[in-house]
Amino acid sequence: MLPKAAWSLVLGKGGRGRRGMHSSEGTARGGGKTPRYTNCYAQRHYPMPEEPFCTELNAEQQALKEKEKGSWTLLTHAEKVALYRLQFNETFAEMNRRSNEWKTVMGYVFFFFGFAALVIWWQRVYMFPPKPITLTDEWKAKQLQRMLDMKVNPVQGLASRWDYEKKQWKK
Amino acid sequence: MAPEVLPKPQMRGLLARRLRFHMVTGFVLSLGVAALYKVGVADKRKKAYADFYRNYDAMKDFEEMRKAGIFQSVK
Repeated sequence: MLPKAAWSLVLGKGGRGRRGMHSSEGTARGGGKTPRYTNCYAQRHYPMPEEPFCTELNAEQQALKEKEKGSWTLLTHAEKVALYRLQFNETFAEMNRRSNEWKTVMGYVFFFFGFAALVIWWQRVYMFPPKPITLTDEWKAKQLQRMLDMKVNPVQGLASRWDYEKKQWKK
Repeated sequence: MAPEVLPKPQMRGLLARRLRFHMVTGFVLSLGVAALYKVGVADKRKKAYADFYRNYDAMKDFEEMRKAGIFQSVK
């Protein structure tokens, strides 16, 4: 998901142009009318979009916009909410709501883990060449015996775990 | 916004509060981790080496290795 700032750079040449970036209303939108991609939707990482959400206002909404130009203390609570809804499509609470998408994502992830495991199993059975001699069990056993004979890491490591009297691993 | 009035949230000193919390927590956690490492890893290792070498007989060790047949210079 490209960040908002990158989108506005990419789309900067169409429709609004650079000078449109700071105007709150798209009233003077001369020339081409670009479709509104994302520049009217607020997101958590870009909470103040350039364009208001509703641009086609009916008469009642236009009157409200005129009233907004006056003193805001004269607006009723319902009018303030209506103005907010004109400007933004969602409140912060709505836009930040959680979703259950993570369950779908994790489901897909685990499914493909399993699928990959099946593929690798098939490869192991039908495709892989025989192991190099140094990875066979007999060789590895002889290698381990030699390491114990040499007393590799006798203080805290391998040989410290082997009981030389009883010839077995220490409990 | 809603009919009931919400309490006014904390408006100032937010960064200072965050910094204080994280500095104190970081300091305490660092000291804790360092102390645990000293005790659990460093001192334990020193003790293990001291115990190993207290009664270590190099010649006996050598004889065991020689009998096991790992050397090329002595058999």
